[in-house]
Amino acid sequence: MAKVTVDGIEVEIANGSSVLQAAEAAGKEIPRFCYHERLSVAGNCRMCLVEIEKIPKPVASCGQPVADGMVIFTDTENVRKSRRGVMEFLLINHPLDCPICDQGGECDLQDEAVSYGRDTSRYEEGKRAVAQPDWGPLVKTTMTRCIHCTRCIRFSTEIAGVPELGATMRGESMQVGTYVEKALSSELSGNLIDLCPVGALTSKPYAYTARSWELRKTDSVDVLDAVGTNIRIDARGAEVLRILPRLNDDVNEEWLGDKSRFSVDGLKRRRLDRPWLRENGKLRAASWEEVFAAVTNKIKSTTPDRIGAIAGDLVDVESMLALKEMFTSLGSPNLDCRQDGAVFDASQRGFYLFNTSIAGIEEADALLIIGSNSRHEAPVLNARIRKRWLAGNFQAGLIGVAHDLTYATTHVGAGPDAIAALLDGTHPFAEVLKAAKKPMLILGAGALARPDGAAIHAAAWKLAAQFNMMNDDWHGFNVLHHAAARTGALDIGFLPGPEGKATAQMLGGGVDILWLLGADALDTQAIGADTFVIYQGHHGDAGAARADVILPGAAYTEKDGTYVNTEGRVQQGFIAVKPPGDAREDWRILRAISAYMGHALRYDTLQELRAHLVQTYPGFALTGELRRLAGTNLTAPAGDLAAVSSAPFQPVLQNYYQTDPISRASPTMAACVAAHYPTLAEAAE
Amino acid sequence: MNTHIEPTDFVFDDLAEGAVTKAIARYPAGKQASAVMALLDIAQRQMERLTGSAWVPRVAMDAVAQRLGIAAVRVYEMATFYTMYNTKPVGKFHLQVCTTTPCWLRGSDEVVASCKKVSGIEDFGQTSADGLFTMTEVECLGGCVNAPILQINDDYYEDLDAARTEALLNGLKSGAPLPPAGSSIGRQASAPVTNQTALLNNTKPVE
Ligand code: SF4
Ligand code: FES
Ligand code: FES
Repeated sequence: MAKVTVDGIEVEIANGSSVLQAAEAAGKEIPRFCYHERLSVAGNCRMCLVEIEKIPKPVASCGQPVADGMVIFTDTENVRKSRRGVMEFLLINHPLDCPICDQGGECDLQDEAVSYGRDTSRYEEGKRAVAQPDWGPLVKTTMTRCIHCTRCIRFSTEIAGVPELGATMRGESMQVGTYVEKALSSELSGNLIDLCPVGALTSKPYAYTARSWELRKTDSVDVLDAVGTNIRIDARGAEVLRILPRLNDDVNEEWLGDKSRFSVDGLKRRRLDRPWLRENGKLRAASWEEVFAAVTNKIKSTTPDRIGAIAGDLVDVESMLALKEMFTSLGSPNLDCRQDGAVFDASQRGFYLFNTSIAGIEEADALLIIGSNSRHEAPVLNARIRKRWLAGNFQAGLIGVAHDLTYATTHVGAGPDAIAALLDGTHPFAEVLKAAKKPMLILGAGALARPDGAAIHAAAWKLAAQFNMMNDDWHGFNVLHHAAARTGALDIGFLPGPEGKATAQMLGGGVDILWLLGADALDTQAIGADTFVIYQGHHGDAGAARADVILPGAAYTEKDGTYVNTEGRVQQGFIAVKPPGDAREDWRILRAISAYMGHALRYDTLQELRAHLVQTYPGFALTGELRRLAGTNLTAPAGDLAAVSSAPFQPVLQNYYQTDPISRASPTMAACVAAHYPTLAEAAE
Repeated sequence: MNTHIEPTDFVFDDLAEGAVTKAIARYPAGKQASAVMALLDIAQRQMERLTGSAWVPRVAMDAVAQRLGIAAVRVYEMATFYTMYNTKPVGKFHLQVCTTTPCWLRGSDEVVASCKKVSGIEDFGQTSADGLFTMTEVECLGGCVNAPILQINDDYYEDLDAARTEALLNGLKSGAPLPPAGSSIGRQASAPVTNQTALLNNTKPVE
């Protein structure tokens, strides 16, 4: 620890910290453009100048390590004068086009110019102008505004692990860019927009849409993957205009995946904003009254064991609980939340959680990924793995398709045979796992969503037990879901009851009435021709197309909802805008129908529903925080090891950008598919 | 804007391969990326050997990146930062005229004018119609004592004036090989024009 004095305030700070950090610890704000606490230090903007006793010239505080006894001044006349000088130089080549710049109102340069800028410019020469390269459908470039802080370069190289940005040429000709024009290929590219301190990098789909001060900001949770990224929803009037990440060091740090950020335009399209009823083979608009009657009559005339419900990937816990309890009161045990057809032992939380926790990845020293492309299924979590890998002393193995995960991996094998090879020690990667102190494995959803899923689940558990991945203070067995609803659904047991049917048995005519709660990812062709399908959800996607009755629900931005992320962290999202038209929050629809059928659910308000939820499943009492499980319960999940087939693992997501009804409705995501998966885009034409 | 055709592929030939291996071996294991400057130079020389134009096309930068296991953009940064890597094709004779103050005081304007006159080039950065010359303005070449300096490809031609520059370039134009480098007025190394005044035999060592 070093003792330093900042403007007369004494602070103690770890050796190796920078003067800037010391100033922050003392509560002094230092202006900065290039420094970012999650990136390496570049020290090239010079805005963070301070004075240090015994050093004759002003010092860039972000790059200056503290020394014991240092006396630092952050607000002397000299400091202010130096910063004013820096600002004047920065503005020499920066266009003063704030009125037509999307960054206006949330621009670091603009803000600092208020403190350190001159009221008039002394610069009369020509300013440099730079071409506007095309970086693809997401990030809009106006490189004339670039102040060469290199944050974007450092982010793509360090955090995203896709080094495609650089600074070419030099001096006045220096340009930040890709050199060879191309669409950015990182799934985290939207974060560049947040990082760029000026308006050089802005959001392309959001261009010229709104000013930051016009927006109503709502804290929420992302549901387009199972990471539970904390987000802020920015809305104006009835429209969600953009989504930004919120800081949460335990979950997403400050990053957000591109799909989660840019799918917002999908929230406005293909919406189910009124009830629909199929008559003579055609859907027609109907009233709530009509659809309630249709659903009630149909259910009343069907025996309970011929009714089934499948919950989709984006659904909140409250509506799943309401649906489950409605089915229980009807006497039907046919429930499943695994529309991908995965069948595995979910009798203990440890079997299906990401037990290590996302922050816990940083403690691990070896990793085995089985059947997952974590870069697509959970890009933010994948960035955490990369962060761990960058820190050194970490080896990762991969079983499945050999993807570029942005860190080095040993490809152990393509299918379950590789698990066997590790179990009997014939593959050299077994030595890596054996030598590791805190090894972890990640079992992807793709490995579970196959006929031998339960067996693979058991085999992976056996592997974890054999390589000491579970002990008193470490739990290295992890399931990585990609559906935001899955963990919560498993927590409340949205699973077949005694004698109940799972997804596969409900399809193919296994039930006469199938209630799809936002379930669009199953093969609707496989639903029996005579099955009466009730689709409750917010988008006209696969499920709605097959439906006989459509109950218009609310998207995640339009309701208060509880979600459990893949770690088992209970988080709450808040309503940012009202659902469109006649659409209603899903639990309310269920409550209303249950009353119509004469089985009224016991709750009239969300508060009551939540109180009931916590009472029934006490784990939901703790929100936001995570209680990490210790790996002490070694009871293995049920699964017949002999049933493991040797079929190689297949990717679960065809592409990163379109995976759910919202992103499929998004023109921006379609543009991304066209840019990055030209063959897929053509096939969809 | 100079439009040119980028080749579609680049492979180090046998001659270059030897140099590449040697350059990489100079750095300790894990630090091979440090050989990037050497490899770019080797690529540029190979281009000169094979096409008569010393430049590094983008595909060659990619080949360097791949060889060193680094991101291509890191090589683009290098190649575009240093002016001695040509990212566009240059003529057979790359006229690099120093116009920094000492050379300018000693008549670099004349050298520039002569270059233009003989080659027909109108301005810096251009290549002559016959593809023989490219003229580039460079900063101090570190040879100020013998200013003004014109660097042609790898060699310095010193103490130039208009007439001698023209003679030199006309020679090249008529197919003569590059004359020996150095002073064009017969000066020995960088000794004074008025002949050697120091370290003569008559000076006695100081007691
Ligand atoms: S584009 Fe933005 S983030 Fe990138 S170097 Fe320029 S100012 Fe910095
Ligand atoms: S913040 Fe210190 S130099 Fe940029
Ligand atoms: S000024 Fe021309 S060589 Fe130094």
